[in-house]
Amino acid sequence: MLTLNRKLWRDLAVLKGQVAAIAVVIAAGVMVLMLAVSSLDSIRLSMERFYSSHQFGDVYASLSRAPDTLAERLGEIAGINQVETRVVAPVRLEVDGFDDPVRGQILSIPDGRQPALNRLYLRAGSLPESGRSDQVVISEPFAQAHGLQAGDRLRVIIRGRYENLYVSGIALSPEFVYQVAPTDLLPDYERYAVMWMNRRALGNAFGMDGAFNSVVASLQADASADEVIDRLDLILAPYGGIGAHDREEVISHRMLIEEIAQLRVMSVVLPAVFLGVSAFLLSVLMGRIINTQRQQIAVIKAFGYSDGELAWHYGLLTAMIVAVGVSLGIALGLWTGDAMAALYAEYFRFPETVTRVQGRVVLLAVLVTALAAGLGTARAVWNAVRLPPAEAMRPPAPAEFHQGWFDRTRASRWLAQTTRIMLRNVSRTRLKSALTITGIGLSASLLLLGHYQFNAVSHMIDLQYRKVMKMDVHVTFIEPTSARVLTELKAFPGVEYVEGYRNVPVRLRHGPVSERTSIQGLPDSPQLRGLIDAGGRPLELPGGGLFMTTFLADQLRLEIGRPVIVEILEGHRRILEIPLAGVVDEPMGLSAYLPRDELNALMREGPAVSGAWLLTDAEARPDIYARLWDGARVAGIGLISQSEESIREYMEDTVLAMMAILLLLAGSITFALVYNNARIAFAERARELATLRVLGFSRGQVGWVLIGEIALLTLLALPVGWALGTLFSWLLSLAFSMDMLRVPFHVTHQSYAFAAAGVIAASSLSVVLIFRRLKRLDMVEALKGVE
Amino acid sequence: MAAALPDKDIVFSAQGVTKVYHMGEVTIHALRGVDLEMYAGELVVFLGASGSGKSTLLNIMGGLDAATEGTLRYRDQELSRASDRQLTAFRRDHVGFVFQFYNMIPSLTARENVAIVTDIARNPMSPEQALELVGLAERMDHFPSQLSGGEQQRVAIARAVAKRPAVLMCDEPTGALDSKTGIRVLQVIRHINEELGTTTAVITHNEVIGSMADRVIRLKDGRVDDIHINSRRADPADLAW
Repeated sequence: MLTLNRKLWRDLAVLKGQVAAIAVVIAAGVMVLMLAVSSLDSIRLSMERFYSSHQFGDVYASLSRAPDTLAERLGEIAGINQVETRVVAPVRLEVDGFDDPVRGQILSIPDGRQPALNRLYLRAGSLPESGRSDQVVISEPFAQAHGLQAGDRLRVIIRGRYENLYVSGIALSPEFVYQVAPTDLLPDYERYAVMWMNRRALGNAFGMDGAFNSVVASLQADASADEVIDRLDLILAPYGGIGAHDREEVISHRMLIEEIAQLRVMSVVLPAVFLGVSAFLLSVLMGRIINTQRQQIAVIKAFGYSDGELAWHYGLLTAMIVAVGVSLGIALGLWTGDAMAALYAEYFRFPETVTRVQGRVVLLAVLVTALAAGLGTARAVWNAVRLPPAEAMRPPAPAEFHQGWFDRTRASRWLAQTTRIMLRNVSRTRLKSALTITGIGLSASLLLLGHYQFNAVSHMIDLQYRKVMKMDVHVTFIEPTSARVLTELKAFPGVEYVEGYRNVPVRLRHGPVSERTSIQGLPDSPQLRGLIDAGGRPLELPGGGLFMTTFLADQLRLEIGRPVIVEILEGHRRILEIPLAGVVDEPMGLSAYLPRDELNALMREGPAVSGAWLLTDAEARPDIYARLWDGARVAGIGLISQSEESIREYMEDTVLAMMAILLLLAGSITFALVYNNARIAFAERARELATLRVLGFSRGQVGWVLIGEIALLTLLALPVGWALGTLFSWLLSLAFSMDMLRVPFHVTHQSYAFAAAGVIAASSLSVVLIFRRLKRLDMVEALKGVE
Repeated sequence: MAAALPDKDIVFSAQGVTKVYHMGEVTIHALRGVDLEMYAGELVVFLGASGSGKSTLLNIMGGLDAATEGTLRYRDQELSRASDRQLTAFRRDHVGFVFQFYNMIPSLTARENVAIVTDIARNPMSPEQALELVGLAERMDHFPSQLSGGEQQRVAIARAVAKRPAVLMCDEPTGALDSKTGIRVLQVIRHINEELGTTTAVITHNEVIGSMADRVIRLKDGRVDDIHINSRRADPADLAW
């Protein structure tokens, strides 16, 4: 076998261009597979480990205020394992040397002890000492953003009063793996803090002495979360409970499971595309190698090599190409894996990112690739060994050509002979042409998908911030407040316009389906909060019924005109029936809408507001924030323009990088496909082309036989790519339809143009390379001997 | 004819061998019932025009192809009934091939082209020894593209005999060579036949070559037309065409 192996190496060396092109596509598939699978594995494992070691709670409830004595009753609810009552206080902070307002929340922990649920992982320092009222533990990302260390001082405004607090420790919590302000989508570690403080100290500062406003519970193994939630709601109702929920609605957890779901899709779809294309490329390449080595195969068989030995030989050739691709892919995977892990670590904060031995992933990548390659080359290898040696020794019969459909068309009379050759070649190898078109189409669809993603997210942000959230500051009050507050706000210097809204937490039910959300009561013809339809056009609230986001209506399987049961989760907690009057198409959130006065009437209250939207003079904003915080009723301030900015920044960083990678990957597929096919066509037809040259055809005319084929296949692939890309984009928009945000299905002309341009560029590059080869075509040599 | 040489050790015996094959859309009757025998150590030249079926017959005797009908025996083995696996073993252990167009593996050097056979043979000579035998010891590390046609054919012969085969099958070994080089190649073949006692079949359409054989078997339209026994084998050096 030794000598046969030497032949293998020499064959590889001759084919290096094509081997490299295929290896790159395999590498891309392996890299994506490794990235997706190892990220998925790492996030899932890190999450599970953190959750179980630090007792992440199963059920959560917020309420206005309940006495500590109630805790015992909560603990007796059937199905609850452990229950932890706590105080959660919205706060504002001042950090030395940082001018922007910093918001945050402080959660209580038992005096000087770890809580039973959602225990803290201390990265540095210690918990606040028992009895100390001036110490806090701060979250790690916030500490890092400001370079804070144990012992540093913070000025924290709790309920309008300044407190000087000292950092005792820096920690992570399973409840805040993804640490984001309730009004935001993306973390802003500089402007949002999570802190933990002794229960007694926080109770004193926040006016919650001997009382609590938040409950966390863990469930017994066989307990039903829904039953526990119902029981909790019943007990907490008189204390201003606004509905308990399970961990799925904890923002951090929700982001984690959605990320996991996305990675799961990515780990299947992208590698499948890349490895599928490489299997096809391998089959074409091996088919060609075996075709040109027909006589060599015959001779080797004549010497007495068995079919098995030959299959092994050609199998090994495939294996070598796969090995090159897989090694490159693994190297790339390891290299980018670190970058990917760093990216995830920025957004998901685990005490330790658990990365399992990569061996499993690598093995998986090798197996999947080998399988794809095996499927791709099995037929070619089988054809090679099946041939009786005597038959193989005879030159192959001339390829069978037939007149194609175009020969029967009137246009055929006008075709040049070279065009005729080109068209007959394409239609003779119909399967190969179809697969090539599919492959190029797939890469075009990847480009389209990438561009769509970028565009759609940008479109979504435009919608959200230009047409829906038109305010630049969003103020929420601790409790519903008389609308008179709006006049006060209007009087602030720098405030240009104010609108107040009412927000009531509800559970909507329709048949067996229910969703926990809130009804927003909007002022008449709101200027700062837009409602839009599917086309992005503004809508008016006519009253007399509920409006809700299409996504919510679909979740509830509700049609316009049908009534929905509304359980009010605040105040009188009545259960009402309101018809669905219309739907709005917002990219974010799950809200339902009523005119504010109607909502006030439902709540049997006067003109009350839960918060206000402001249009402000940018320069006056720091003063406005300061004054707002001094009003004791303010629970939080959302900096809408700030969050738009940070989202756009994030987009530019991550999405653009992703786009570049996608472009590279899709480009490599197109290039590999086009270049390989052209090289093979060139090798197979060198004699034919040389003959044409001898007959007096110019280089350009002869080139047209090959290049025309590339051009034709590329052009035919474009609509396929557009169609596939549109389909993929649609599927992606479905996959991205989540409670929190929805990516609209909005494919622009630019996306189609981008996909086409990418594919044409990759094709052109291979045309240039083929043309250079054509220039070196040696007429005499090509016309000589059989082999 | 077999009756005329009763004491000969029979290596091949063919009875009613036919071969039909399809090439593209054409059906070809290459052999239409061939009966013959080949004896140990003899050198037989098969003569015939192109299309007479001589290559097909050689391929079938060499285990490269299977007969459509009839029986073919190699000593006590019935090749016409052998499985693919048995044919492979037969070729590996007993047969050496030389082809008209040399059929070198272009990616392997002369030495490696021989080694590809010695790698799998039971009791081969070394590739160097085999190349020495055909007078090419000094060109061992050249690739086929660096060798002349005659040199390539001699490498092919070295490759064929390196395993010390019982049978040497040469299909138009001089067909692609000028007469001077062709004679050099025939001398090598005769040398092998005499030195190693290898039963040798040479196919050619060149009448002159027939005179170097023990017997000349003439084929026509897929049948044996005539068998002629030479009283004296001519030295290839004395041939001219």
